Amino acid sequence: MFQNFFLKSTAIFIGLFLFIFLAVPIFQVFYVSFLDQNGHFTLLNFYDFFQSALFIESFYNSFYVASMSVILASFFAVPLAYFTARFNFKGSVLIQSLGFIPLIMPPFVGAVAMKLFFGSNGSVNLMLNQWLGFKIPFMEGLNGVIFVESIHYFPFILINLITSLNSIDRSMEESAQSLGSKGFRLFRRIVLPLSMPGYIAGASLVFLKVFDDLGTPLLLDVNNMLAPQAYLRISSIGINDPMGYVIGVILVLTSIAAVFVAKLALGGKDYSMLQKGGGGMVKRNFLPHQKYFAYFVVFFILFLVLSPHIALTLLSFGTIWSFSVLPDAYTFSHYKDVFENSVFIKNTLLYCSIAAFIDIVLAFFISYIVLRTKIIGRQLLDYIAMSALAIPGLVLGIGYLRTFYSFNLPWNDKPLASWWFMIVIILAVRRLPYALRACNAVLMQISKYLEESAESLGAQKTTIFRKILIPLMMGGLLAGFITSFSTATVELSATIMLVSTETDAPLAYAIYSYMQTAAGRGPGAGFGVIGVLIVAAGTYLSQLIIEKKYKQRGMEAKVD
Amino acid sequence: MKKILAIFIALTMFASNSFAASGNVVIVTSFPKDLSGKFKAAFEKKYPEIVVEVVGKKTTAGIKYIQETKSNNGTDLFWASAPDAFEVLKGDSLLAKYTSKVKGIPSKVGSYPINDPEGFYTGFAAAGYGMMWNNRYLKANNLPAPKEWIDLTNPIYFGHTGMSAPSRSGTTHLTVETLLQGDGFNNGWAKMKNIAANFKTVTARSFGVPDGVNSGDFGVGIVIDFFGLSSIGSGFPVGFVYPTVTTLVPANIGVIKNAPNEKNAQLFIDFLLTPEGQEILLDPKIRRLPVNPKTYSKAPKDFPNPFKDSSIGAAVKFDVLLSKDRYNLVNSLFDVMITYRLDDLRAAMSAIYKAEEALGNKNNPKAKKLIADARALVSKLPISEAKANDPAFNQIFKKKRKKAKDIEKYAGTRQAEVEAEWDKQVVSNYSEAKQKAEQALKSL
Repeated sequence: MFQNFFLKSTAIFIGLFLFIFLAVPIFQVFYVSFLDQNGHFTLLNFYDFFQSALFIESFYNSFYVASMSVILASFFAVPLAYFTARFNFKGSVLIQSLGFIPLIMPPFVGAVAMKLFFGSNGSVNLMLNQWLGFKIPFMEGLNGVIFVESIHYFPFILINLITSLNSIDRSMEESAQSLGSKGFRLFRRIVLPLSMPGYIAGASLVFLKVFDDLGTPLLLDVNNMLAPQAYLRISSIGINDPMGYVIGVILVLTSIAAVFVAKLALGGKDYSMLQKGGGGMVKRNFLPHQKYFAYFVVFFILFLVLSPHIALTLLSFGTIWSFSVLPDAYTFSHYKDVFENSVFIKNTLLYCSIAAFIDIVLAFFISYIVLRTKIIGRQLLDYIAMSALAIPGLVLGIGYLRTFYSFNLPWNDKPLASWWFMIVIILAVRRLPYALRACNAVLMQISKYLEESAESLGAQKTTIFRKILIPLMMGGLLAGFITSFSTATVELSATIMLVSTETDAPLAYAIYSYMQTAAGRGPGAGFGVIGVLIVAAGTYLSQLIIEKKYKQRGMEAKVD
Repeated sequence: MKKILAIFIALTMFASNSFAASGNVVIVTSFPKDLSGKFKAAFEKKYPEIVVEVVGKKTTAGIKYIQETKSNNGTDLFWASAPDAFEVLKGDSLLAKYTSKVKGIPSKVGSYPINDPEGFYTGFAAAGYGMMWNNRYLKANNLPAPKEWIDLTNPIYFGHTGMSAPSRSGTTHLTVETLLQGDGFNNGWAKMKNIAANFKTVTARSFGVPDGVNSGDFGVGIVIDFFGLSSIGSGFPVGFVYPTVTTLVPANIGVIKNAPNEKNAQLFIDFLLTPEGQEILLDPKIRRLPVNPKTYSKAPKDFPNPFKDSSIGAAVKFDVLLSKDRYNLVNSLFDVMITYRLDDLRAAMSAIYKAEEALGNKNNPKAKKLIADARALVSKLPISEAKANDPAFNQIFKKKRKKAKDIEKYAGTRQAEVEAEWDKQVVSNYSEAKQKAEQALKSL
């Protein structure tokens, strides 16, 4: 009785949290899309959406780009995940951590670095043109968007797939082997299906994120996609065109539909495995020629996906970098600016770690409630939380101001919306979907029987959480924490609305304010590099913890 | 009694003085740190008791912030470039009147009034649009530096230029409007489209243009002067020039209504206009044109002086009211015809260029006619000048229609509907133009 009460009240609490900090602010902004010019209810705006050739084309383009990005991102992620998680691969922790970095693309300055490297007159094309006399349009049009988005977001697949591979019960593979299955067949019939929850979690995040992403299309000046269309209309000076909000509503609905489809794809199948914590699959050794091939593939992919960050580092040390393969000269002076303003770094660390912690706690309970209980409306929690992905940061930021500005804090009489903790909340809400998908995927792989047997032996729910679920889900929880934390470090669009004094501002904001001037590029890049380093260190550390956990259990067996 | 009153007045004066010289002042600004930081430091040095709190936000975000926080306002000043941003705030009655006591500021720069005639905001620096280019890029591509807008319509620049959309940047809007007023509505748009046909990109942020030129992503950008001048000042291999047809526009500052520190806010405005404040504008990383003519004596050589060099910004008599009335319509028209359909426009124009090159000096009246038709189709507007200037029609593009009579003529017409209709015409014109040009090429 108590246990049921505990879960129900948690569900209600989470529901309230999402309602107040997500649904209400969004509604405050989006209701405009249902109004006509005189303020009466209408659906005509949606009719207009489907009448406009431009919007239909944008919708199609967004859909096409998102689908193609999932495919290309899989080409980057699957080899990295498969080689490092399944074989004895030197430096696999380092590679897995490095493979995570592309997710951290600091606003503005990342774009500049990317153009300096891959742009039509970037380093690569300048060299190609000089030596071979042709250029490759990496960053032109829809294909450019697909290329950049795939580099940027493939870590979603990578990190979730690795977690999934690591949670595969070894006995499954061993039974198949004892029955004579091996090689590709073993991979296709056992490994691939069992790692599906992780892959689908990652792929659906890539799809959603690309579908709703604003930064990359804007960077490449591709306007004929939905998210930029919404943004361009919402952010115009003085215009209050309802179409921007109509597109926003369409984005949210599409995102929810995509989550639904992902669920269907996994639906009806049981991915759970009884034995857990077995260190994942048996790690095997490469044959010599396989080894060279694998290293080549891994390093090629890593070089490709990390090149924007290599360019970013060069930019932060370079003096002038203009129409040349490398900067003209190098200097440390930009970092002087960075360290004189270290308050931004401190703020970012504080905000993002609290936000990511809130995220995994919420994500843990939401996944548990959705997958393990029969509480009415449990699916709704999942859909609402996921819809945060589709809300443009700008819209959520405006919604927060509209909803929370008129309340004053009791202790200093300042508006609630200007309190720094609201930045933490908005970050937590915006990054919750990442943690949620990660938790969901690992919980799916854990057999219910483990909990049921514990329960039948008289264990309390809290004991089950503490002794069974949390240890078994550690990989997924950490993966969720890292994803939320690191993507929060570079979030700008929502926080910029809420920053009310510079002393409360996070790092992304510092980058923004430096990147508005010609001379601010170097320091902006410096801040970007610091952000990436923080995230890299955090990722590496948690990967080590995961790895150590497996080793502790003595399961790092080697089979030749 | 009189004595007591005098003491009382003296006391309150003293009290208000001491109030004015302490506390803080909160400024929401779109200006970068390089600019706001310098002013903050200088102001705090002059008034050590006052702390300046600068909150940087994009212009659009800044406006939204002030609109959304009005119920509980904590901002004293809004400080940004585009006069239209201040018009929006003024329209929402979110600004308080203030006229600075600092003397020696003329009433106009170029042909644009420096201060809001109604006194809600004050100009403190001027800026005008021009062209900046990357020397290395032009050299590598064998291109000359442009001098006038019309140079940018030359086919040699195809794929080498860039600009930001007027709906994104108030100052870009004024450049487009200047062109429309300088050359007339129809010819102005035709010229604008011919320039746009050479664009590599229409950037979403106004700073995206100097960024692209500085990186060498494209060769020539249409930018506001301080982007060009400060890029030169920061050491990039770039150049900048004002064309004859340009408008100088003041960058402004205004006190927010119900400002918590109104006195300090006014003090800050005064400081901006004093000689010491104006001199900060000459800093190599800032480079904006001071509104105090005397400050130019301290400027570096070659620094443009609009108060002496009458060729800058004086060619067009800028009609502020006309610009204001059709503001959103011009932005929307630009986006529909250029921003969102740049690929179609480029395809049409590239076909025309090819046909023209093949034609050369040949005497082929049929091809000539086809090419002329194609060019006319590219230039064709989906709306007449009269309708574009009709205030009733412009109401469709405004946020609120206050009076019932506003909507009488175009009742129920929605912006999205109008835009979809324009889009249809524009796309079919561009594709027809392309066909005609290809036909011409075949006949040669």
